[in-house]
Amino acid sequence: METTSIEIQHLYKTYSSQNSQVKALRDVSLSIPEHEIFGVIGLSGAGKSTLVRCMNLLERPDSGKVILGGQDLLALNKKQLRLCRQKIGMIFQHFNLLEQLNVLANVCFPLEIRGIPARRRKEKAMDLLQKVGLADKAKAYPSQLSGGQKQRVAIARVLANDPGILLCDEATSALDPETTKTILDLLKTIHNTMGITIVIITHEMAVVRDICTKVAVLDDGAVQECGNVAEVFHAPKSKAARRLLLMGDKEE
Amino acid sequence: MPNLGIEVLFRGTNLLRLLGGLWVAVRISLISTAISIFFGLMVGMLMVSKNKFLKLIFRLHLEIVRIMPQMVLLFIAYFGTTRVFGWNLPAEVSAVIVFSFWGIAEIGDLVRGALISIPVIQRESALALGMTQYQVYLYIILPQTIRRLVPLTINFITRLIKTTSLVMMIGIVEVLKVSQQIIEANRRTSPNAAFGVFAAVFLLYFLICWPISSLAGYLEKRWFQP
Repeated sequence: METTSIEIQHLYKTYSSQNSQVKALRDVSLSIPEHEIFGVIGLSGAGKSTLVRCMNLLERPDSGKVILGGQDLLALNKKQLRLCRQKIGMIFQHFNLLEQLNVLANVCFPLEIRGIPARRRKEKAMDLLQKVGLADKAKAYPSQLSGGQKQRVAIARVLANDPGILLCDEATSALDPETTKTILDLLKTIHNTMGITIVIITHEMAVVRDICTKVAVLDDGAVQECGNVAEVFHAPKSKAARRLLLMGDKEE
Repeated sequence: MPNLGIEVLFRGTNLLRLLGGLWVAVRISLISTAISIFFGLMVGMLMVSKNKFLKLIFRLHLEIVRIMPQMVLLFIAYFGTTRVFGWNLPAEVSAVIVFSFWGIAEIGDLVRGALISIPVIQRESALALGMTQYQVYLYIILPQTIRRLVPLTINFITRLIKTTSLVMMIGIVEVLKVSQQIIEANRRTSPNAAFGVFAAVFLLYFLICWPISSLAGYLEKRWFQP
């Protein structure tokens, strides 16, 4: 099963607490073809994180469909979903490495869980560390690395499962612009050499402009606009897109 | 220099008797600690579950233990149960029951705190890597919980060891009781024995508790700044 395209259909998600209801997603539909680098941009609270968490069902939508490579995720049982998740990599704003393991062990970890023999997983992990440019830090601990280096380790770890899709949830938001650029370059290289579909969730215009081919603008839980990056940025139709553009200009 | 009354310690088998008393205190602490850690872990896990009834029970348990002085609990367990239920519990068993009752509540609460202090995102990223719930618990949540837990638990253990001195009130002859007996017995020949003997008791407690709390310090240093 090649899970590389993403179809989101009429997704709804509401969080309710005792005295309030937050409609995080309201009828969100998206179609992300294979081998795309797709951006989802929006201000905080727009529902971006909920949306990306629905793509691997860390969050279950109230209604709607999530179809990856023709496979309806909501129809899978626990075990099938778990196997499917191995093919959907995800990286996070705060990297989430295991602090007590060194870099190499962190990258080996998903392989260990899958029961790959020790020698093969070490070879593969070293190979991946080479790819992300951290082969010399294999024995270092996460606390000895910079933010950018930690994110590289997280990327190597996620690639250990040979994913068809990579979800990036604000993956560069904790990094400075310079480091952001190097991480984005790395993602581009990975995309070019491995043909992975990449979904980038961000609130930064610059990130979308740098790396994405298509973008969806999310505001108030709904898709306001969706199209090629050049078109959306050049002639934004929605109010939300114009607002984001204005903010982006101010930053630069 | 005034007579510090240390010579009493070396008269007859006094020093050995003190050490024997210390062993009683340590034995009660060891057994209670083992029981507390085992059941405390379970109680802690149940406290973060969604079951409201269980939560209420454990909350109540914790409050009772915190509010009641340990001595009152000891009296209830030893004297109280004899009159009301006709149980004839040995004093040491009562002591272990009381300290375990206390320890389970305290350690349970520490476990609860440690469990909820693990960020949700740790769980999420493990699930996103395709791990089972069980694997997430075993490889991600528990190791991090235990790291946070060890220094706190060791702290509690030293508190428990010190509190065992109360068991002399229900007739257990532990180190403090032995020291009183020694002082009483030598009242005529060494009126200053109180100083020397209690100083020795202080040293004995120190010798037991200090290595334990430096172990906590060592583990903390090793685990939190690799």
